[in-house]
Amino acid sequence: MRRRVVITGMGAVTPLGNSVLETWEALVAGKSGIDFITKFDATAFETKIAGELKNFDPLNHVSKRDLRRLDEFIIYALAAADMAVADATLTIDKKNAEKVGVFIGSAIGGLTTFEREKETILKYGPRKMSPFAIPSVLANLGAGHVSIRIGAKGPINCSVTACASGTCAIGDAFYTIANGYADVMLAGGTDAAVSPMCIAGFNAMRAISVKNAEPKKASRPFDRARDGFVVGEGCGLLVLEEYESALKRGARIYGEIIGYGLTSDAYHFAAPPPGHDGAARAMEAALRDARLKPHEVDYVNAHGTSTPLNDRFETQAIKRVFGEHAYKLAISSTKSMTGHLLGAAGAVEAIIALLAIEHGVVPPTINLDEPDEECDLDYVPHRARKRDINVAMSNTFGFGGVNAVLVFKKFTE
Amino acid sequence: MDIEEKVIEIIMDQLDLPRERCRPEASFINDLGADSLDLMELIMEMEEDFGIEISDDELQNIRTIQDVIDFIKAKKAS
Repeated sequence: MRRRVVITGMGAVTPLGNSVLETWEALVAGKSGIDFITKFDATAFETKIAGELKNFDPLNHVSKRDLRRLDEFIIYALAAADMAVADATLTIDKKNAEKVGVFIGSAIGGLTTFEREKETILKYGPRKMSPFAIPSVLANLGAGHVSIRIGAKGPINCSVTACASGTCAIGDAFYTIANGYADVMLAGGTDAAVSPMCIAGFNAMRAISVKNAEPKKASRPFDRARDGFVVGEGCGLLVLEEYESALKRGARIYGEIIGYGLTSDAYHFAAPPPGHDGAARAMEAALRDARLKPHEVDYVNAHGTSTPLNDRFETQAIKRVFGEHAYKLAISSTKSMTGHLLGAAGAVEAIIALLAIEHGVVPPTINLDEPDEECDLDYVPHRARKRDINVAMSNTFGFGGVNAVLVFKKFTE
Repeated sequence: MDIEEKVIEIIMDQLDLPRERCRPEASFINDLGADSLDLMELIMEMEEDFGIEISDDELQNIRTIQDVIDFIKAKKAS
């Protein structure tokens, strides 16, 4: 029989706040974290807006020396890890270190460092390359540096599944504990890719919003006027823990992770197919894994990117899985407020799903002024809503046809 | 600013160290907590600031702050 896995700690830095609490309060208040890009001069870019962190002081988490040698995606992971481990009141020492692991996914790793160092080569020649360039670019160094910081010597990995990276990391961590390979896992995703190449690249694909006039209204999932997602940055990390271990040390338990579903579209590298069969199968797989019937789900934190295709096809997939119950679900896309945190999205949204269960509050989908006629479910528009939530599902889909779905449940002994 | 002073300032900045730890006899690896990559970066900064080149062979002989100072003085004199 597989072991039960609960969540005992969380940490996050997001465009809405530099902690889980700040982020949650902004979500419930329906605030947008989107604004004009400050990380580089975006004057010549079609898109001039993004979800950047605000007033984040990296020196609270790394030394001045490390600031220079670490890409921001790593620094964000260290910040979230500090918070998550403290939140879980977890002590890692000789006795348990080999049973504590770290899975931190990232969609693009150190893209900003990559771009800067390429410029260095072109301008000053190859001898001027920083020796810290490569270890700052590699996507798994978020997990690497966190494991060093906390002294975790168990399993380590980095899922690179585009926008599903964080979700895959959590799903894999769940199975790792359930199957007995570790007792505690720090898992989630991190990305810091508000960079020229990222913005221009997504612009070239026509994937991101160009609603520069009103940044806070640019991310509008399920709305008729949506025109693409908004790139965000940040990190979300969860402490997953084996049930008995959490109980024994009297840890605070946010909820239980009970299902994970993962499928591939085998269709197109970037676009979902009509009806989004892969997404529907991932939701079904997660429900089977959780041994639940569709009608037992109360809340779905949708992938809801605000792209024309995703929101319509995700809605179709939800209807296929849930039937009539689809209309009774509370569904929201918190990307309307955070923007799309790429590899961190699924992890931050897993945290949101758990907090929705804990507080009995569904955060809203903001900017849903005029729903697309094909998007006719209850997306909790504009304002947060009180609702007792026993089971929450979190959907995340990524380029490459990856569909990853997690299911969380209110904790009961 | 003389060479000695400038070298110490660069080390204080790059390795984020207080002045009192940057004694001339201090070893980068053993006393200042630097690793081989820190040393590479430090040497690149010295090359830039003093307009010199330090080969990998020459780098092998650099262990302490005094080694760097002596090395740069010798390069500048030649």
